[in-house]
Amino acid sequence: MKTVTIKPGTPWEPTAKERGQKTLNLLIAVAISFVLLYSTGLNGKLGWVAAFFFSYVSVSFIAEYRRAGKPAAQDSLLTSISRFAIFLAIIPIVSILATVVSKGWRGLHWGLFTQDMSEATVNSPIQEGGMLAAIVGTLIMVGLALIFTLPIAILTALYLTEIKGKFARPIRFLVQAMSGVPSIVAGLFILSSIVYPVTGERSGLMGALALSILMIPTVARTAEEVLLLIPNDLREAGLALGATQWRTVAMVVVPAVKSGLVTAVILGVARVIGETAPILLVSGGGDATNLNPVSGPMGSIPFYVWNAFLLGGSEESTQRTWAGLLVLLLWVLILFTIARYISSRSQKR
Amino acid sequence: MTNNDDLAQNANLEPKPGEKKEMKTQTTPHSLADVASSREVKQPGTKPLGSGLEARGVHAWFGAKHALKDVTLDFAAGTVTALIGPSGCGKSTFLRTLNRMHEFIPTAALAGEVLLGGKDIYASGTDVTKIRLRIGMVFQKPNPFPSMSIGENVLSGLKLSQTKVSNKEDLLEECLVRAGLWNEVKDRLSAHGGSLSGGQQQRLCIARSLAVSPQVLLMDEPCSALDPGSTLRIEDTIRELSETMTIVIVTHNMQQAARVSDYTAFFLSDGGPGEMIEAAPTSRIFSSPQDKRTEDYVTGRFG
Repeated sequence: MKTVTIKPGTPWEPTAKERGQKTLNLLIAVAISFVLLYSTGLNGKLGWVAAFFFSYVSVSFIAEYRRAGKPAAQDSLLTSISRFAIFLAIIPIVSILATVVSKGWRGLHWGLFTQDMSEATVNSPIQEGGMLAAIVGTLIMVGLALIFTLPIAILTALYLTEIKGKFARPIRFLVQAMSGVPSIVAGLFILSSIVYPVTGERSGLMGALALSILMIPTVARTAEEVLLLIPNDLREAGLALGATQWRTVAMVVVPAVKSGLVTAVILGVARVIGETAPILLVSGGGDATNLNPVSGPMGSIPFYVWNAFLLGGSEESTQRTWAGLLVLLLWVLILFTIARYISSRSQKR
Repeated sequence: MTNNDDLAQNANLEPKPGEKKEMKTQTTPHSLADVASSREVKQPGTKPLGSGLEARGVHAWFGAKHALKDVTLDFAAGTVTALIGPSGCGKSTFLRTLNRMHEFIPTAALAGEVLLGGKDIYASGTDVTKIRLRIGMVFQKPNPFPSMSIGENVLSGLKLSQTKVSNKEDLLEECLVRAGLWNEVKDRLSAHGGSLSGGQQQRLCIARSLAVSPQVLLMDEPCSALDPGSTLRIEDTIRELSETMTIVIVTHNMQQAARVSDYTAFFLSDGGPGEMIEAAPTSRIFSSPQDKRTEDYVTGRFG
């Protein structure tokens, strides 16, 4: 008797021949794009990209039309256009990352994290001075802003999704509108409503307040979105067990979206960590490390970058600018990675 | 309704003495009637279970839509009552008025009384959380709390309603045993509730509602999302539970109504508000319904 061994396969994957055809299409498109580049008025990188786009879309459209007819051709048209859109969207992101990393890494040194700029100027040799004041300032201000934002934003989201009070609609509208408020407006608001009439002094606390104004709508909206994902069944199950609404929310609803709320908070932090304008207006910015949020100017990473760029002019100050940008970018990247990790882990459950 | 008096009589679910005998002598072509009459009709008031639940002239609205009209129905302590009828006939709405879940739907309105132990649960000044503690509910879709383990799910009602119990371990085991789930989960009580199958999840939800020891358990199509095997397990559970509590179950499955219930109430809507057409001991509903519409429905001629 013959034994038939059955192997797992993937018969839906394209065959080698089909893959060859695809590659061929791509090569033909590249060839046509160069022909177009030299035979028409198009020139430069941008001209080539445009020529390649049109030739690739038409080549794959014709190839699919010949292979499988009109519906398949339309399908391939949409596929190639969306691929191209993704390509265009990624260019600036990759370009920014590459530029910042390539120009910034040479400015990195341990002193960045242990020294501040009180003894050095932006034009001093790169080994002198560092970002300690800026990093500490950013941590204090963003941390305080988080403490102010967290209860307000989460409770706002709970009002909109759980209590559904009379004012839910106008408040939802206001929160959405507030997320579009330019950051300089938030800074000016704190400046004119608190700094000038009350404290008379710029400080880290004022910076934190301005950042909270920007952070609250972001966190509240994201938290509302995740709360809306909770099926109503769960709320009813809690209430049917003889719980008050408050206990149902605290013990059933909020634990069920815990990771979503963490994501909301991290997105809020990422939203404000790079803000420069309100910090400049209300926290003053400073070169010396200041641990006291209620008195004296406080620096921040965006302020450090702005300062080095504006007051410099030397090679050292340019290098400081790029190194500062790199450190800021790393912070944001770390936060987004954590957010992605937490939300993907919650989806698995 | 043309004959409200008849309805009121039917609604009064006391089976007449000697009724069972009558049914046995009856020759009937309906197999459902056989199923139903093979069960012993429970005589109300034979067990000290406290009082049952009584609905008096219950109407329900959603906005301007009159969804349920004038339902009067007694649920004697320790009995199982099935609510049957086609979709949209108001039976689920009626069930939700019995533990005040109806009011969570925006625009909902209500008239009438629901008496638990002789007291109207809608009377002003009533603590609604206490009412829901005494009248538990199992939902159509299994809904274990996602952030809790199996054990935490079962005991969640205690925490949610701030009830204190002396021995949680014993209560946990007792509830799971009564819900017919203990043997399947006793080794993984700290596992995630979502790791169970649909049928197990529904029995977990039943165990969860048992932990706060309700007098009445409302079940809204508890088996509609489950396979036949799980359905039978839950029906066994329902029969065992009816020894100690009053059960009201909404079901689309008439076999199920015949298998588990002592009494059956038939609901129907003719485009207007849903009404209760007939309520009687289950065997009578399936063998000799008084109303033509009930007969059409239970024999599968419509609906």
